[in-house]
Amino acid sequence: MLARLRRPWSDRRAEFTLGAAACLVAVGIGLMILFVASRAWPTFSHEGLSWLGSGGNTDSQVGAMQSTSAHPPASAYYFRAWPLIYATLLTTGFAVLFGLAIALAASIFIVQFAPGPVHRIMKPVIRLLAAVPSVLYGLVGILVLVPFINNNLITAGDKSSVAYVVELTGTGLLVSVVILTLMITPIMTALITDALESVPRAWREGAIALGLNPLRATMTVSLRAIRPAIVGATALATARAIGEAIVLSMVSGGRAFTPKFQDGLIVLFEPLKPLAAEIVQQAENLSAPALRSSMYACALLLLFSSFVLSLAAYIVRIPMRRYQVSN
Amino acid sequence: MASAESLSARRLEAPRHRRGRRSSLRSWRLRDQVMFVLAWTVGLGLCLVAATFVVFYAVEGIRYLHPSLLFTHPAPAVTQSQSGGFLDPIEGTVILAALGIAIALPVAVTAAVWAVEYGRPRALARIVESSIEIIAGTPDIVLAIFGLALFQLGVFAPFSMGEPGGAYGRSFLAAGAIMSLVALPSVYTATRNGLIATPRQLREASYALGKTHIATIRRVVLPAVRRDIATGSTLGLGRIIGDTAIVLVLLGGTLRIQTESSTPVLGLFRGVGSTLTSFIYDYSPSGDGNQPQKAYAAAFILLLMVLILNWLVGRIARIGGPPLHEERRLGA
Repeated sequence: MLARLRRPWSDRRAEFTLGAAACLVAVGIGLMILFVASRAWPTFSHEGLSWLGSGGNTDSQVGAMQSTSAHPPASAYYFRAWPLIYATLLTTGFAVLFGLAIALAASIFIVQFAPGPVHRIMKPVIRLLAAVPSVLYGLVGILVLVPFINNNLITAGDKSSVAYVVELTGTGLLVSVVILTLMITPIMTALITDALESVPRAWREGAIALGLNPLRATMTVSLRAIRPAIVGATALATARAIGEAIVLSMVSGGRAFTPKFQDGLIVLFEPLKPLAAEIVQQAENLSAPALRSSMYACALLLLFSSFVLSLAAYIVRIPMRRYQVSN
Repeated sequence: MASAESLSARRLEAPRHRRGRRSSLRSWRLRDQVMFVLAWTVGLGLCLVAATFVVFYAVEGIRYLHPSLLFTHPAPAVTQSQSGGFLDPIEGTVILAALGIAIALPVAVTAAVWAVEYGRPRALARIVESSIEIIAGTPDIVLAIFGLALFQLGVFAPFSMGEPGGAYGRSFLAAGAIMSLVALPSVYTATRNGLIATPRQLREASYALGKTHIATIRRVVLPAVRRDIATGSTLGLGRIIGDTAIVLVLLGGTLRIQTESSTPVLGLFRGVGSTLTSFIYDYSPSGDGNQPQKAYAAAFILLLMVLILNWLVGRIARIGGPPLHEERRLGA
């Protein structure tokens, strides 16, 4: 303590100023979480945690909330978000699953097998794709993929078979998953490629000298060494997919419908609406108190899940750090 | 570097190596052969998808892009020939990016300098670090409606357009402030990594000359990490111009820029407008406009901007030789 006081005054003043500014950032983020939580509180106080469950038509519940007065009765807060949560889980789950498989195969290809020129072209291209604004992916989805699916993949029989329940227009689960996969794969590939390239050459060469073929050496030595990086990349991609609002509000169909797997292949074309897309659609109507509170509750759920996700990734990575070559 | 080495080695003993490799591939187990083919297929497939994506936007963009679109104001019209260009969205993108990075840059650099150079008490430094990780993981739509609630508070009424019933909560200033949160993590991470990688000798030489810690930071360390800060800011700019949700919610999404008052700068900052991303969203079939040709043309401009920023990131990294920490590694 005394040693710190002996340092020159200008230095201590600078430390204090910089520290105060840095803490302001932390305080601001804390306030953000509290603020969103306080806006979401009415929903929690009226509905408890049961708003996470299912019951009734979510779209008509939201519609009813739009027209409530400034001081709505407790019954106006009735809201069941399960179709939205289910849609988020479904799209994110499939997209991350496919994205991870593609990213692993592609980064092994880039690092181990790609000939020189291909290797030199692919790395910047992947980087570019990772930086492309998501609305451009959404535009391709809605202007190219949706009409294609509507005209070529959905038959008139499919449409009439579910006509009483839901209208098939081409938007839905399939396009959402394809576009979301397209969006998150480049980020995962870029991160995994960087990690694979930082594996010391001697490790792989040792494995090859012991008689493994190059692919086996990659699978057993390199991939194991970069496990923390794979977990980190997956967590980042999952967070992106959960929070993606614009793209999914463009191609998901915008109906709070739970796709039914018992419908067979038609499930691929059934519309849905994830949490983030619902918030975008209702952003104009936030002056109605009940609706506002419900939307902030959805936002809090998104915030909470991205927080849990990064915490989980951090905890999972701890025991893996023993053999890691990069974070 | 590793790939260049292996490449030259491969070229030196090409004939023998190639025969050996091919025969060994035949001796692989079936599962490994399948995996090998799969890796090639997926890799080439990804190349193909990427090429299709870029070429598609280039073709559609050049087909519908007319130079006059860049200089005419958008106008509400039903037909694509009368709805004007996208001068306002381009201006909006530039203003918002400048505003966002102007707020994010000092905050992020200050936080990074404090966390790396001082960082006491340790627990506080960890909290700052994790809170920046939390913003990095927060979905942009959550940031957007947080910003809306914040700027609708009476205290912040002077920062956005006036409305009879209270604060409107939408303006360039509101959107820029929230956009700075989008860019903050990139600038922070790049600055922090640069500071950590700065060689010890550099600081010690400065201390030996009698400089204080803060003078060393200002005169020696910060100039040494200038390039990292520039890279981080460029990445942050890329994230700002690519963001749609915050613009839709917080910038009002009006076609033309509307200033709040005739005061030159303040009136604009309190006004509302649109950016290229919200323009594309509005003119896609899911928005109100539904004029795909305009959307494609604007998308091409946006893609060009991202390409330029991407190129800049690589370019900045190569200015004036290898970075300091790599020089040290070469010398050691």
